[in-house]
Amino acid sequence: MSELKRTPLRDWHAAHGGRLVDFAGWEMPVQYRSILEEHKAVRRTAGLFDVSHMGEVDVRGPDAAKFLNHLVTNDVAKLFPGRVLYSPMCYPSGGVVDDLLVYLRGPEDFFLCINAGNIDKDLAWIREHAAKFAVTVTDRSADYALLALQGPQAAAIVQSLTGAKLGLVKYYHFIEGTVAGVHCLISRTGYTGEDGFELYHAAGDATTLADALLAAGQPYGLELAGLGARDSLRLEAGYPLYGHEITAEVSPLAAGLGWTVKLDKGADFIGRDALVAEKENGSRRKVVFFKTGDRRIVRAETPVLGPGGAEVGRVVSGTLSPMLNEAIGSALVQADAAPQPFDAAQGRPLTVDIRGTKLNLQIVKPPFVELKKH
Amino acid sequence: MSNIPADLRYAKSHEWARAESDGTVTVGITDYAQNSLGDITYVQVPKVGATLKAGETFGVVESVKAASDLYAPMAGTVVAVNAALESAPETVNRAPYTDGWMLKLKPADAQAAASLLDAAAYAKLAG
Repeated sequence: MSELKRTPLRDWHAAHGGRLVDFAGWEMPVQYRSILEEHKAVRRTAGLFDVSHMGEVDVRGPDAAKFLNHLVTNDVAKLFPGRVLYSPMCYPSGGVVDDLLVYLRGPEDFFLCINAGNIDKDLAWIREHAAKFAVTVTDRSADYALLALQGPQAAAIVQSLTGAKLGLVKYYHFIEGTVAGVHCLISRTGYTGEDGFELYHAAGDATTLADALLAAGQPYGLELAGLGARDSLRLEAGYPLYGHEITAEVSPLAAGLGWTVKLDKGADFIGRDALVAEKENGSRRKVVFFKTGDRRIVRAETPVLGPGGAEVGRVVSGTLSPMLNEAIGSALVQADAAPQPFDAAQGRPLTVDIRGTKLNLQIVKPPFVELKKH
Repeated sequence: MSNIPADLRYAKSHEWARAESDGTVTVGITDYAQNSLGDITYVQVPKVGATLKAGETFGVVESVKAASDLYAPMAGTVVAVNAALESAPETVNRAPYTDGWMLKLKPADAQAAASLLDAAAYAKLAG
């Protein structure tokens, strides 16, 4: 494991019983105690995740807003200082380079959060397209650590460590402030479907902040949570994961992320022509979410069979929902084979074969569990 | 460090076997195996009455991480299965040697357990 990259908290995880595995080239805790228990803790109380492997990028300069609106599919012009935007960025084909968060800190001053496994690819892509604009692009990934505190008790825990008025920070908004004496960009965002915060801070402060959050969270039932729970939480919430629901071959429209594609935002953007055509003609394939009513996990790459028994697609994500106690997942299927959620026509359902047992896929509109409205 | 009770016998494929006083043999997976698998989400065991050859696949144990085959540590006939695992497979994580047992065999050869690894030999494998 010597070539794996490490976050500033790698030894902290080991000391706290984290089971370290290779995740996208990073040595990361997949779990501490139990993926299922960590998942439930996030839904019921709170969980603390180290997601310092994520990449951070500064985009600054007179053209920053114009450039980013060219780069991503969502409408950056809607941002104001303190507001966060989720968006895919696409290839000219409409396929996805990555999905990211865009923060507007001040005029001409943006901050991006990108996926760990895509940092090099994204930076090359961003820099290539930035060349025509008056912007500077700076990779800040090594400078920042990122802790995510997620769950119904997250706000109370963070509030106990900061003078910042978190009640004024709404979902997908952020402020700068100190938490346990550590300067943070305090972002009310997350990847679990729960209320919570993502705290960007200097890499050198990571253990101080992690210790403080863990101690402050103890009376609230906070648990350390690994990437295993992070994945089952995001799937239960119906959030896409790059490389699964969205890829270079699967557009945001096919993935059900049409709300992030602003074709009429008044700015041309990379992939727009292809996405206009795809919207007009319909996507050739679609991502559907399913549950099975059975505990056997339907894993990624499992063939999805149509009513006639022919393969109509593949599972792209699959796990056991710890809250529903049944298998849930998503599949990329031919559009003409994709039933609608709650469609009465599910008398001819899609099926999968799990070790010789044929299971019907019940198509569901996510989230799979009731989530608090943000 | 995994728990390897001295009074059990072990297969290289990480099943344990306990010779009971009534001549049956109880089978499960070891603490090392459950810990390597992580959260166990599903256990598939054969029907009572099934006959198994030594080393034959008798079922599947599935965790969030992966699905793994289970192997019969000896030949025999299945005389009981742990039906509680159907709704509570996590019992295997919590109590691999007690409540998390998987099946009971009537061995074809009453002495078969003796040819399995003892605790010391298994400890070398799963240390």
